[in-house]
Amino acid sequence: MALTIKEVEHVAMLARMNLSEDEKQRFTEQLSSILNYAGVLNTLDTDGVEPLTHILPAFNVFRTDTARNSMPREEILKNAPLAEEGQYKVPKIM
Amino acid sequence: MEIYELSVHELQERLTRREISAEEIVRSFLGRINKVEDKVKSFITITEESALQRAREADRKGQYLGIAGIPLGLKDIFCTRGVKTTCGSKMLADFIPEYDSTAWRKLDEQQGILTGKLNMDEFAMGSSTENSAFFVTHNPWDLNRVPGGSSGGSAAAVAAGEVAFALGTDTGGSIRQPASFCGVVGMKPTYGRVSRWGVIAFASSLDQVGIFSQDVRDSALIMNIIAGHDPLDSTSAAIEVPDYASYLDGSVKGMRIAYPKEYFGVGVDDAVKAAINKALHKYEELGAIVEEVSLPHSEYALPTYYLVAPAEASANMARFDGVRYGHRDFEALNVVDMFSQSRAQGFGDEVKRRIMLGTYALTSGYYDAYYLKALKVRRLIANDFDKVFLDYDVIISPTTPSTAFKLGEQIGDPLTLYMNDILTVPVNMAGLPGISIPCGLHNGLPIGMQIIGKAFDEGTMLKAAHAFEQNTAYHTLKPELGVK
Repeated sequence: MALTIKEVEHVAMLARMNLSEDEKQRFTEQLSSILNYAGVLNTLDTDGVEPLTHILPAFNVFRTDTARNSMPREEILKNAPLAEEGQYKVPKIM
Repeated sequence: MEIYELSVHELQERLTRREISAEEIVRSFLGRINKVEDKVKSFITITEESALQRAREADRKGQYLGIAGIPLGLKDIFCTRGVKTTCGSKMLADFIPEYDSTAWRKLDEQQGILTGKLNMDEFAMGSSTENSAFFVTHNPWDLNRVPGGSSGGSAAAVAAGEVAFALGTDTGGSIRQPASFCGVVGMKPTYGRVSRWGVIAFASSLDQVGIFSQDVRDSALIMNIIAGHDPLDSTSAAIEVPDYASYLDGSVKGMRIAYPKEYFGVGVDDAVKAAINKALHKYEELGAIVEEVSLPHSEYALPTYYLVAPAEASANMARFDGVRYGHRDFEALNVVDMFSQSRAQGFGDEVKRRIMLGTYALTSGYYDAYYLKALKVRRLIANDFDKVFLDYDVIISPTTPSTAFKLGEQIGDPLTLYMNDILTVPVNMAGLPGISIPCGLHNGLPIGMQIIGKAFDEGTMLKAAHAFEQNTAYHTLKPELGVK
């Protein structure tokens, strides 16, 4: 399985991660070789095998619907790169 | 013998008998850090002041709780309120959490003393700690070699006597592999046994919190504190936690031990095989029944892991967008550029590679071929273990194919580096508990033996590990480090 630079650019766009030209080149080669290696899985017949997503039996977890205090807003905003009037601030979206 | 050389249970005994104070213990370890840290470089942050203050408080109260006065280190992936938590990444270089991870909170409640936060591969992705965004950590047995990873700082700090024990995390071997390289005990409990609340996520169906210690008894004691259900982690198991220390009776008479032939194959060094075979003979001598078994899907575990883990990682890493915390590019003019540039600048090479791989494997059109296929193979791998555990109590193998490699030796070729995890990854795929204990030296470097237990039966695994330790002296070997 060989990836193209175009595919790598598409995946980087989906991941919202800009890549340098050098990174695109390198990842195209490295991801191709890793996917090639993963190709060995296709030699296994997995028809009718149930996929294992989680090791513990999956069940919903309920709790009583009681109000609790959340963490103080000012404290949480201390880690924000930019905040104003108790809100996160980001560049213009519209 | 210096105070910093004592195990957790020895320190506890001396403190309870009032032979030493918590402050004396902490000062001894801080002194040791002072002497060796510039060689080993385990710590990203050292919390000297608060450690001393907490020790004095414990002495003043005069009534010591569980691990009062015991200096510990945390992999820098555990959120610690008011103490910088970087996850080894530039992305979180200035991140100061507002809350404590559950595992650390439980240690804190038992008066354990945090002496600092330990180096790691960025976001726990790596096998050598060379992927830390800050600096490399050196193996205390040979400073030119890696300590393993991703919890390399935790392993090195325990091996160098800088902390009495440490916590790490294990997604594909990140506790057991560095423990093996650094000649200490490294234990990964069953998936779901210890809360992951407040632990920065890598691959959520695989991540588990675990322990680095000098001996098996210490791991059992710390497990008694950190194990158990946590309402804040919906994947933590609501299953009763036994007293792990009660399993440590030194006997393996009649215990059924399996060794999988696939774990002694090509790529595993002869010296490593020889050490494990010697250990298996020791178990026979001690009255255990030791037999060869097959885990036929072993060779598929690593490729499966390198699809499943990056897929989950790519989803977990989506939270780092420069909005709520972490690095932001302030030059970007619109919000999509801000995401894309912040992530480009904040993440290192390996993290980017895995985000790319995982995003690709989850892309429509490739989802069935890669991700779904991998999950099906994961089931086959887990079934192999289930079958063996119908007839056996524990499984024993080497922890890693080789001893610690040289710094810089495996950088640049991701696949070669990934091979380090070939014997540890299957255990995570099946969610089982595993422990690495020292079982020999080759050319002055430690060899680790992996003991794998049944799900939620860490007790039997610890019992087997402890019995070996009681009848050998490998765990007492210490690196010299050229200082007194």
